Amino acid sequence: MWRKSIVFAMLVLSIALMYACSKNEDVINPEETKITFSVPSNFPSPAYQFEDNQLTNAGFALGKKLFYDARLSADKSVSCGSCHQQFAAFANLDHKVSHGVDNCQGKRNAPPLFNLAWQKAFFWDGGVKNLETSPLNAVTDACEMRTDIETIIAFLKSTAPYPELFKQAFGSTDINSQRILKSMTQFTAVLVSGNSKYDKVMRKESGYSFSSTELAGYNLFKEKCTSCHAEPFFTDFSYKSNGLDLVSADEGRSHITGLSTDFGIFRVPTLRNIEYTGPYMHDGRFYNLDEVLEHYNSGVKAATNLDARLKNGISLNESEKEHIKAFLKTLTDNEFIKNTLYSES
Amino acid sequence: MTTVLEHTQFYYLSKFSKMKISQYLLALLCPIILLSSCKKSDDDITANTKSSFTIEFEHQVNGAALALNTNTYKNAKGEDFKINVFKYYVSNIKLSKADGSTYLIPESYFLIDESKSASKLITINDVPTGDYTKIEYTIGVDYARNFAGAQTGALDPINGMFWTWNSGYIFVKLEGSSPKSTATSNMLTFHIGGVVDPNNTIRTFSTEINAANPLRIRTDAKPNMHFIVNAAALFTGTTDISFASLNFTMGGANSVLVANNYAKGLFRLDHIHN
Repeated sequence: MWRKSIVFAMLVLSIALMYACSKNEDVINPEETKITFSVPSNFPSPAYQFEDNQLTNAGFALGKKLFYDARLSADKSVSCGSCHQQFAAFANLDHKVSHGVDNCQGKRNAPPLFNLAWQKAFFWDGGVKNLETSPLNAVTDACEMRTDIETIIAFLKSTAPYPELFKQAFGSTDINSQRILKSMTQFTAVLVSGNSKYDKVMRKESGYSFSSTELAGYNLFKEKCTSCHAEPFFTDFSYKSNGLDLVSADEGRSHITGLSTDFGIFRVPTLRNIEYTGPYMHDGRFYNLDEVLEHYNSGVKAATNLDARLKNGISLNESEKEHIKAFLKTLTDNEFIKNTLYSES
Repeated sequence: MTTVLEHTQFYYLSKFSKMKISQYLLALLCPIILLSSCKKSDDDITANTKSSFTIEFEHQVNGAALALNTNTYKNAKGEDFKINVFKYYVSNIKLSKADGSTYLIPESYFLIDESKSASKLITINDVPTGDYTKIEYTIGVDYARNFAGAQTGALDPINGMFWTWNSGYIFVKLEGSSPKSTATSNMLTFHIGGVVDPNNTIRTFSTEINAANPLRIRTDAKPNMHFIVNAAALFTGTTDISFASLNFTMGGANSVLVANNYAKGLFRLDHIHN
């Protein structure tokens, strides 16, 4: 009999040890939607992995609250969400350049925020190399939020309900830069836009097909644009001069690399949600897509570092422009833009 | 094959006593296996005993004690200068024994700051006991960590050694003034960093330890290594720097000049207290 008890005790111990080894499961309120990071089937695997930053509803909620909290800026007027507006696919509608604290005008157009988990370098010049450290740039920039991480930590420590939110997200009320940045990344990395009409057509979802105009536009696009605006992200993530000026007023990527060959070149922007992300270019000089397409048709300047493929511009007649515009609008992802999970609450 | 296996199983089943033994064995093995699977894998060099040692960084300028903001020093060109800020990273500390075996101290990242005296004495724990005859470390931060995600401890961006607009750490920061400097308020701003060629400023320092008095790490003896750190080494060694022509660098080719200088003369092992 005692032998049986020993066997039983050993098995119980084994099971207890198995539990001790396994990680704690997150406690999830069944009424909440479980926040997930999902890779659309027409996308490759992402660069950002959540292995060192376990995605939880509490971490996401904290990151979102920080993203939308203007009290983090020097004059409490500017949040991340001020210049990254959901209805503009997290770009800044109608603003050529971002407006920071004290109405300071920045020098570059706020880029949209989505599919960041696939991106390996950030900002127009690619200076920031990790999604987690990206917010630091905007937080500290004198013309954006003009603050520093110490000030933010002090504010969060003394402002309810932040300590409690950090506890829910990370298990204790400790607040440090790493926790701030990791929770913000839980929000920004989850912003995936992959449900545009284009995506559904590519995935052969039933009920979705291009109109004849859109299809003509897609074919033109593949002929004239994809060498830089490569599918499925509609950027190859490279840095190029598209001949906006003979001599760029903004040094662009050379500020990062120190190379004269990088003077006045910028990251090729994504064209997803382009319908809502105007104005366009690094300095927001073009208000609409007609101006953009006309630039490629007739406006390309012979800048020193001009991309060789743009030497003669890209000739586009009026009907070709209309077709391309029709195709570009299939890149609009209304499910993303209207997803209330990402909205300020 | 199948039949043989079935036959074997049947054979063991039929032997009731053997089955009981294997049952107990299994019950015993289960927790043991699980316990060992919980343990983290050990480091390459293992020792039965581990202990600690300390490293002290004594800051000087050409032999004189470094005093921030007050004292005036001279660079190799004979130009006067003062120092207001002097801080730098030491990372990836590696110890070697005479037989060539090495021990890399895991997660060894230290920010040494003249204005924080506690930072100038670092303690390294959990080092396998033994006699070490060489120490080497990175002046700065290895390539990967410059681009890694949000860090904590010495690498926390709160320490003012992380470039937010161009990812990467400032490896060595010296700020001060010189009447020769053409910058505003005669300022000197030397922020050395950058890990991408041709402006890679990662440098390694290594020094042999006198075999007659090696770093003796024992459970009952925690030795202290004493380094002299010469801040003026930024401005001489390979290229003598004049503050009239170079008084500001934040990465790039001029930072490489400075890194090449300090790689030669920033650190000197003075002595070891065993």
